[in-house]
Amino acid sequence: MAATEKQPVTGAGPFNGFLTWVDQRFPLMSLWKEHLAEYYAPKNFNFWYYFGSLAMLVLVLQIVTGIFLTIHYKPDAAQAFASVEYIMRDVPFGWLIRYMHSTGASAFFIVVYLHMFRGLMYGSYRRPRELIWIFGVLIYLCLMAEAFFGYLLPWGQMSYWGAQVIVNLFNALPLIGPDLALWIRGDYVVSDATLNRFFAFHVIAIPLVLLGLVAAHIMALHEVGSSNPDGIEIKKVKDPKTGHPVDGIPFHPYYTVKDTLGVVVFLIVFCVIMFFMPEFGGYFLEYNNFIPADPLKTPAHIAPVWYFTPYYSILRAITEDFMWVLAAGVIGLAALIVSSMNGRPARIATVVGAMVLLAGFFSIEPKVWGVVLMGVSVLVFFFLPWLDRSPVKSIRYKGTLYKTALAVFVIVFFVLGYLGTETVTDTRTILAQIGTVLYFAFFALMPWYSKLDKTRPEPERVTW
Amino acid sequence: MADKEFDQGKRRFLVAATSVAGGVATGAVAVPFVASMLPSERAKAAGAPVEADITNLAPGEMMRVEWRGKPVWVVRRTTDMLETVKQSDAKVADPKSARKPGELTPPYARNEYRSIKPEYLVVVGICTHLGCSPVDKFKVQAEPFEADWKGGFYCPCHGSLFDLAGRVYKNKPAPDNLEVPPHKFLSDTRILIGDDGTRA
Repeated sequence: MAATEKQPVTGAGPFNGFLTWVDQRFPLMSLWKEHLAEYYAPKNFNFWYYFGSLAMLVLVLQIVTGIFLTIHYKPDAAQAFASVEYIMRDVPFGWLIRYMHSTGASAFFIVVYLHMFRGLMYGSYRRPRELIWIFGVLIYLCLMAEAFFGYLLPWGQMSYWGAQVIVNLFNALPLIGPDLALWIRGDYVVSDATLNRFFAFHVIAIPLVLLGLVAAHIMALHEVGSSNPDGIEIKKVKDPKTGHPVDGIPFHPYYTVKDTLGVVVFLIVFCVIMFFMPEFGGYFLEYNNFIPADPLKTPAHIAPVWYFTPYYSILRAITEDFMWVLAAGVIGLAALIVSSMNGRPARIATVVGAMVLLAGFFSIEPKVWGVVLMGVSVLVFFFLPWLDRSPVKSIRYKGTLYKTALAVFVIVFFVLGYLGTETVTDTRTILAQIGTVLYFAFFALMPWYSKLDKTRPEPERVTW
Repeated sequence: MADKEFDQGKRRFLVAATSVAGGVATGAVAVPFVASMLPSERAKAAGAPVEADITNLAPGEMMRVEWRGKPVWVVRRTTDMLETVKQSDAKVADPKSARKPGELTPPYARNEYRSIKPEYLVVVGICTHLGCSPVDKFKVQAEPFEADWKGGFYCPCHGSLFDLAGRVYKNKPAPDNLEVPPHKFLSDTRILIGDDGTRA
């Protein structure tokens, strides 16, 4: 009944009739309007707003190239390595599709890290966009799982030992650890059983979840509307006649055109890397992974692929001596919380929580805490919307304190990332430990420094 | 119908009962799926003991044997090497192999050299930190990771150090000594790894 009341589609020339037929049976025009033609995005998007659409592009690229790789790949410990070499040498254009996929994996993380940095700069995670941010962090977690499972598939030395180390992280967890690791591997060591199931996770389980999360991420975004470099709500100032935000422009055609430019530039850079330096000096494809997996011998130097190395550094930084630093940090933080909170129950809970942690630090071995802190260093992103207490969202109106904190955080992220690719020495361990402290301080102290920070007033309307 | 009073209590009860029954059923259905990921019967059966022939193993050298997919090292230690084991007592975290005795060190290896015969060390070459296989660094010389290095094993992944009895150094990521697998000497030149006659 509703179908017959709908207005016929206009503006599509010879397709008007067909589109009207479809629209009466499917919410075609309302979807088109809601998400593209009449989705009003702030008019002051800058360079940093390219990376959301680029992430979508890379996702599609990975799915398409992935499908074509599964056509030739064999998820079998005896054949996997050879089948990848077969793709590289014998399959027509197999080398291109595989390099697209391997370069795409690193590109995905570059784009996503830049996208996340945009969020940190402009406060895109702040109310009312907390759920967009949470979906985003979940996407990031899925991406990490996807990358990890996928990395085992070529069955090279780094594949094998990387999987061995990461699965053993779960082993370190108290009580359930060993059984959990056994359940993940499906065998007592990383073996054919492990490869076979990682293939299943990589090609179907995680991608399905990922697609669902991406849909949720965008639906939540289009519900509340995009933020912008000023961090102000464009919905506050609407044109009284049209009801559209004065500072908003329709996503299509304005941003579809802008994003297309981004795609072109991105693809140029992508192709240069894919064609001329697909290994990227051992960072995108590690040299040791060109040696077939050997369960009896760990390569002399093993490191995860670059996008995991900051977290890997944090894992390695937790030694017995460092537990004292952690203990001091927990005591300091607890004192800070107690002194700035009213209400007995909250204070008592803080003290009890700190005591439990302190007891744990010195009764459970440091290895476990290394694993825990590595997990926390990723999961802490979830809490960002509630840690930031600044009256303004965007870095444009935040003060020196936040700017310094963010700059230090970015530097620390890079330094930890670099250290994670290198072997361990005493100096590097100390550097990684300093980095770890600063990394957590960025989040743990945010409620205080973001409040103390001297901010400037936000404008009424967006600026450039 | 619409005017009729609904028994809200009854309705709530039925909704709750249906939800609980559905939840239990869903949980039960998850069991076979979760269990299907545990090691298969074939994987469980693949743990047979292996024999190592040490006839050609020269003093100061080591060999690798695969047992249950893991590397097992057999090191023939010289008297000098055994001397360094004694010297590193102060540097290692658990010199007497007291931790987790049943799991890591069988009773017959719970001695200073962690072996049945002092000359032959048999350990699983998997770091107790995160499962990398450490590298043998038998030369006594200053190393980047330890200036006063007496020889032993170095884990390339996270820098854990082990002495020539597979005992872990203090303040390193690895918490425990290398595992000594169940093993026994079949003759002077043959070692059976994976079976010491005490366990099945």
